[in-house]
Amino acid sequence: MYEILRKEELNPTVTLMEINAPLVAHKAQPGQFIILRVDENGERIPLTIADSNIETGTVTIIFQIVGATTFELNKLNVGDSLHDFSGPLGNATETDGVKKVCVVGGGVGCAIAYPVAKKFHNLGADVTSIVGFRNKDLIILQKEFEAISDKFILMTDDGSDGEKGVVTAPLKQMIEDGANFDEVIAIGPLVMMKFVTLTTKPYKIKTVVSMNPIMVDGTGMCGGCRLTVNGETKFACIDGPDFDAFGIDFDEAMKRGAVYKDIERHKYEETCNLFKKEVK
Amino acid sequence: MPNMQKEKTPMTLLSGKDRTETFKEVAVGYTEKEALNEADRCLHCKNSPCVSGCPVNIQIPEFIQKIKEKDYIASYNIISKSSSLPAVCGRVCPQEKQCEMHCVRGIKGEPVSIGRLERFVSDYFNSNSSEKISAPKKNGHCAAVIGSGPSGLTCAGQLAKIGYDVTVFEALHTAGGVLQYGIPEFRLPKSVVNKEIDGLKALGVKFMTNVIIGKTLTIDELLEKYEAVFIGSGAGLPRLMNIPGENLKGVYFANEFLTRINLMKAYKPDSPTPILPVKKTIVVGGGNVAMDAARCALRLGAEVTVVYRRTEKELPARREEVIHAMEEGIKFNFLSNPVKINPDENGGVRSVTCIKMKLGEPDASGRARPEPIEGSEFDIECDSVITALGTTPNPLLKNTTKGLETNKKGCIVVNEDEETTIDGVFAGGDAVTGAATVILAMGAGKKAAENIDKYIMSK
Ligand SMILES: Cc1cc2nc3c(=O)[nH]c(=O)nc-3n(C[C@H](O)[C@H](O)[C@H](O)COP(=O)(O)OP(=O)(O)OC[C@H]3O[C@@H](n4cnc5c(N)ncnc54)[C@H](O)[C@@H]3O)c2cc1C
Ligand SMILES: Cc1cc2nc3c(=O)[nH]c(=O)nc-3n(C[C@H](O)[C@H](O)[C@H](O)COP(=O)(O)OP(=O)(O)OC[C@H]3O[C@@H](n4cnc5c(N)ncnc54)[C@H](O)[C@@H]3O)c2cc1C
Ligand code: SF4
Ligand code: SF4
Ligand code: FES
Repeated sequence: MYEILRKEELNPTVTLMEINAPLVAHKAQPGQFIILRVDENGERIPLTIADSNIETGTVTIIFQIVGATTFELNKLNVGDSLHDFSGPLGNATETDGVKKVCVVGGGVGCAIAYPVAKKFHNLGADVTSIVGFRNKDLIILQKEFEAISDKFILMTDDGSDGEKGVVTAPLKQMIEDGANFDEVIAIGPLVMMKFVTLTTKPYKIKTVVSMNPIMVDGTGMCGGCRLTVNGETKFACIDGPDFDAFGIDFDEAMKRGAVYKDIERHKYEETCNLFKKEVK
Repeated sequence: MPNMQKEKTPMTLLSGKDRTETFKEVAVGYTEKEALNEADRCLHCKNSPCVSGCPVNIQIPEFIQKIKEKDYIASYNIISKSSSLPAVCGRVCPQEKQCEMHCVRGIKGEPVSIGRLERFVSDYFNSNSSEKISAPKKNGHCAAVIGSGPSGLTCAGQLAKIGYDVTVFEALHTAGGVLQYGIPEFRLPKSVVNKEIDGLKALGVKFMTNVIIGKTLTIDELLEKYEAVFIGSGAGLPRLMNIPGENLKGVYFANEFLTRINLMKAYKPDSPTPILPVKKTIVVGGGNVAMDAARCALRLGAEVTVVYRRTEKELPARREEVIHAMEEGIKFNFLSNPVKINPDENGGVRSVTCIKMKLGEPDASGRARPEPIEGSEFDIECDSVITALGTTPNPLLKNTTKGLETNKKGCIVVNEDEETTIDGVFAGGDAVTGAATVILAMGAGKKAAENIDKYIMSK
C-alpha cells in the first residue's frame, strides 16, 4: 500500500499529493509518469511525476479533478493509502545540449512542465517559462516557476492575472524578437500543444510535446495509447510521452482522447451525486 | 469391457441468455457420472501414445485409471506430478493438437476427452481436498521471477516446493499474466487462477505487483539480491496491421479490449473502467485471441464478424472455441483481409474495406500462403474493429539489460538449460518462444526451475 504523506489543494480543482513509494522514487526522472489505482476495483490512471525524493522515498503527483477517478482520489486524505502505484513509466525528458529553452505550460499541464523546467534550470540552461490558465483562481505553481525561470510570463484567458490572452502570443513575440530558443517544450491540453506547434513550425525551432493519451497498462501491452507520429504508429507509454511535435497528428489524438467522453461524463455525475448523498 | 461409445461424452454447456449475455463459464464441466462414463472409454494402451502428445508427459492412462476407481484425489496427485496448473490446462490446452490427437480412440471416432477429465479431477480436488498447503522448510537460497504468467507461476512454485525463497515481480496490479488479463472469465474463471496463486502464496512465494522490471528495478539490481533470476515476461507487444484507419477511435487492439474486460472488469456496469458500447464489430484474426475478443464483444451486445485471411481449416484457434463462437452466432468471413478502415464524421469507424484472398503455395510455416485477389474489395459496415494479429515479446527487458541477447523476432535466446546469455538469468515461456500455449510456458517454467536449482547448488 502506498500511503499519502502530504496533501495540498493548489486550487479548487487541482490537488498535490506526496506518496510513499520508495521503489518508484528511487528511479524517477522528470518527464516520467506513474499509473495508480485508488482502490481494489479502481481504474488505472496515469499521472506525471511532479517531484520525487530518494531520501524520503516519496513521489509527488499533481492532478486535476476531471472525472470519477480523480474525484475519488481527491477524497483521500493524509494517512490513507492508494491501492496501486506503479512506475516510473515512459522515458525521461531529454535535456542534453539544450542551452536556451522555452517551457510552455497550460493549466494542469504546468504540473508536468514544472519538473522539466526545474531540471533544465539545474543543468544550467536559460529557462523561459510561459504558463497559461483560464483565470486567476486556477493558477498553480507560480512561485515555483518563478524561482527556476530566467524569464516568467503568466497568461490568463480572461486577464484576471498576468497578461490577457493565450500562451502562443508571447511565444511568437519572443521568437520574432530574436529569442533564439534551442528548444520549445509544450505541455498542456492537446489544442494548446497543437497551436504552440503551429507557432514554432514556421521558424523551425525544435519543439517537443508531452502526449497524454488514454492508457491502460503503460508498458506497451495494450496499444491504447497509440498515436501517429510522422505517419508511423507509436505507443506514448514506451516511445514517449515526449515526442517531436512537428510529426504528430494532433487531430487524430484529440479524437482518440475523447473516446469515452460521454460514458465518463455519466460516471462522474453518478459519483458526484452519490457523494452529495453521502455528505447530506 | 470399456465403453465403446464413438463420441466423447458431451459436456453440458450454458444456454440462452446465460450463454451469450453473461461472462459465466460456458462449459459447465462433467458430473461424476459423465466423468466415469468418459473414463471408461480409455483402453489403457500399453504404449500410451497420448502421453507423447502431452508437452509435459502427464501419465494419462494412470490418472484415468484412478478416476475409474473413483479415487479422484489420487488421480489429481498423478496429474500434479507433471503439471502445476491442471485446472487451467484441462480448460485451455489445444487438446486436439496434443494429447487427444494421439489417442487411439480417435482413429475410429472421437478421442478420449482427456482435457475434460483433467478438468474434472482438478475441480474435484479444488473443492474437496482438505489438505492444507504449508510452506516447506527453507533451504536458505533465493531466486527472483519476472512475470506471473503460467511460466513464472510454475517456476516459482517448483522452486518454492524445494525450499527456495521466491519473489515474483509483476508489472500489472494483479498476478496471473494472460490467464488474468487475456483469457476471459467464460473460458477460464478467475477464481480458478486465483486459487492457483493463493496456493503459491501458501507455499511461501512472495508477490510484488506494480513492479516493472527494467523500469522500477533492473535485472542487474535483482542479481545483487537474488542468486538467480527467471524471466517469464511473455509476448505482450501487439502487432500492427499497418493499414489506413488503424488509429481511429473504435479500433481496439485485442489486448486492450480484453484487458479492459478481463483485468479491469469493464463488462460490469459498476466498473470505473469504460469500454465502448460496441454494436457491430469486426474482429481481425483467427487465433485464440481473436475468438476471445469476438466472444467478449458478443457478450457486450455486439453483432460480430470475424475476418480471417485463410479458411476455416487453417484457423489456429482451439477447435472448441471456434465451435463455441459459431454456436453463439458469430459470423466468419474467411479468405478476406482488411485493407483499410473507413472513418465516420466523428472520427469513429464507419466500415472496413476488405479484399478477397485465395490460397497459394505453402509458406515457411507450411501453411498455404493467402494472396489477395485484385479488384475484389468489398465493404463491411461496423462501428468497431478489434485486431488480433499476434504479439511479440516486449523489448523493455532487452533494452534495459546489458548482455541479454534476443533473436530477430525479439525472443530471448536461451541454451538447452533455459539459461540466457547472462550468467544466472534463465528464461522461458512466450518470452523465449514467441506467442505459444499455456502448457508450453508451464513446461518451460518447470524445466527452468530444475536448472536454476542445479545452477545454485553447484555454485
Ligand atoms: C502520461 C500521462 C501523464 C498525465 N499526467 C497528468 C498529471 O500530472 N496531472 C493530471 O491532472 N492529469 C494527468 N494526466 C491525465 C490524467 O490521466 C486524466 O486526467 C485521468 O486519467 C482522468 O481520470 P478520471 O477518471 O478522473 O476522468 P475520466 O472520467 O476518465 O475522464 C475525464 C475526461 O478526461 C479525459 N481523459 C480520460 N483519460 C485521459 C487521459 N489519460 N489523458 C487525457 N484525458 C483523459 C476523458 O476523455 C474525459 O473527457 C496524464 C495522462 C497521461 C497519459
Ligand atoms: C487472449 C488469449 C487467449 C489465449 N488462449 C489460449 C488457450 O486457450 N490455450 C493456450 O494454451 N494458450 C492460450 N493463449 C496463450 C497463452 O496464454 C500464453 O502462451 C501463455 O500465457 C504464456 O505464458 P507466459 O508465462 O510466457 O507469459 P504471460 O502469460 O504473457 O505472462 C507474462 C507476465 O509477465 C508480466 N511482465 C512482462 N514484462 C514484465 C516486466 N518487465 N516486469 C514485470 N513483469 C512483466 C506481464 O505483465 C504478464 O503478467 C492465449 C493468449 C491470449 C492472449
Ligand atoms: S496438460 Fe494439456 S496436453 Fe497434457 S494431458 Fe492435459 S490437456 Fe492434454
Ligand atoms: S491413447 Fe487414448 S485410449 Fe489409449 S491410453 Fe491414451 S487416452 Fe487411453
Ligand atoms: S498504455 Fe497500453 S500500450 Fe501504452
